[in-house]
Amino acid sequence: MFFAFIRKVGPIAALAGFVTLGARVQAQMTPGAPNENSAFSIPEAQLIQPADLSKVLAAKSGDKPLVLQVGSRVLFEQAHIAGSEYAGPGSQSAGIDLLKKRVDKLPKDKSIVLYCGCCPWNRCPNVAPSYRLLQSMGFTQVQVLYIANNFGSDWVEKGYPVERGR
Amino acid sequence: MPACLAAPPAQSLVSKKAPEIARADLNGLPVSLKSLRGKVVLLNFWATWCAPCLVEMPVFSGWQQQYGPQGFQVIGISMDDDAAQARKAITRLKTSYPIVMGDAKLGAKYGGVMGLPLSYLIDRNGTVRARYQGEAAVGTIEKQLKEMLARP
Repeated sequence: MFFAFIRKVGPIAALAGFVTLGARVQAQMTPGAPNENSAFSIPEAQLIQPADLSKVLAAKSGDKPLVLQVGSRVLFEQAHIAGSEYAGPGSQSAGIDLLKKRVDKLPKDKSIVLYCGCCPWNRCPNVAPSYRLLQSMGFTQVQVLYIANNFGSDWVEKGYPVERGR
Repeated sequence: MPACLAAPPAQSLVSKKAPEIARADLNGLPVSLKSLRGKVVLLNFWATWCAPCLVEMPVFSGWQQQYGPQGFQVIGISMDDDAAQARKAITRLKTSYPIVMGDAKLGAKYGGVMGLPLSYLIDRNGTVRARYQGEAAVGTIEKQLKEMLARP
């Protein structure tokens, strides 16, 4: 099929078409490079496990991070990490705007933890765009809560602190 | 700061009567779980941002057409924040079953919908018989619903 395409459009046109492929497609074609919207694009060093975050939040001393849920508002209302705020969804421009507004005036070394938990990690459309936004705004202390399955099983059912409502 | 709460365990709904759902679907037609007694019901919580949900839904539409005559009914519950997005999705997917908009209150009634997709199978007597969280193998759900349809 590839050679039929070359014969049809001519070798020069085919080469031009390949060169002008968008960066995203090229990234996808590069072996091992995760899609920029994939949660796997977040560096592992920036991830925090639920057990570790719950310890940080429970500690009697030390600064607590600002915890922001960047997924679904309906899910947030049912249960969210105690003390967290809603600032999503990261997969939509309105959600990105909400996140930007929330953090805009914060010092760039403010400790922030983002989370979602709408779906399994490999399916989450919200955390990576949110993380990228904060990176682009110059925040240096951003972590993302690693939720392998969903918020219910990985946080609520483990008995970590939750609140309900808006 | 509100007191921290523990969510009720989601598994507790299995073998219990399914909490009533009585709402208009996205076409404005009434949907009531009570009125579906006598049918096997698949309750599917989904959202437009949930990729595996959008893969499952055409399968459920196929089941609706195939098993509907035997007394099977799918009800979709969108957990989107915005009904307009849900409408666009179901138009594109050509879903063949009613879709109602969910919310935190309905989610809480169903043990907390804190991850999608989430489906419940309800028998002809209105009792929850199975809960499927996440990307459940649709073959497993289909096997169970056929068993339930075979019972009076």
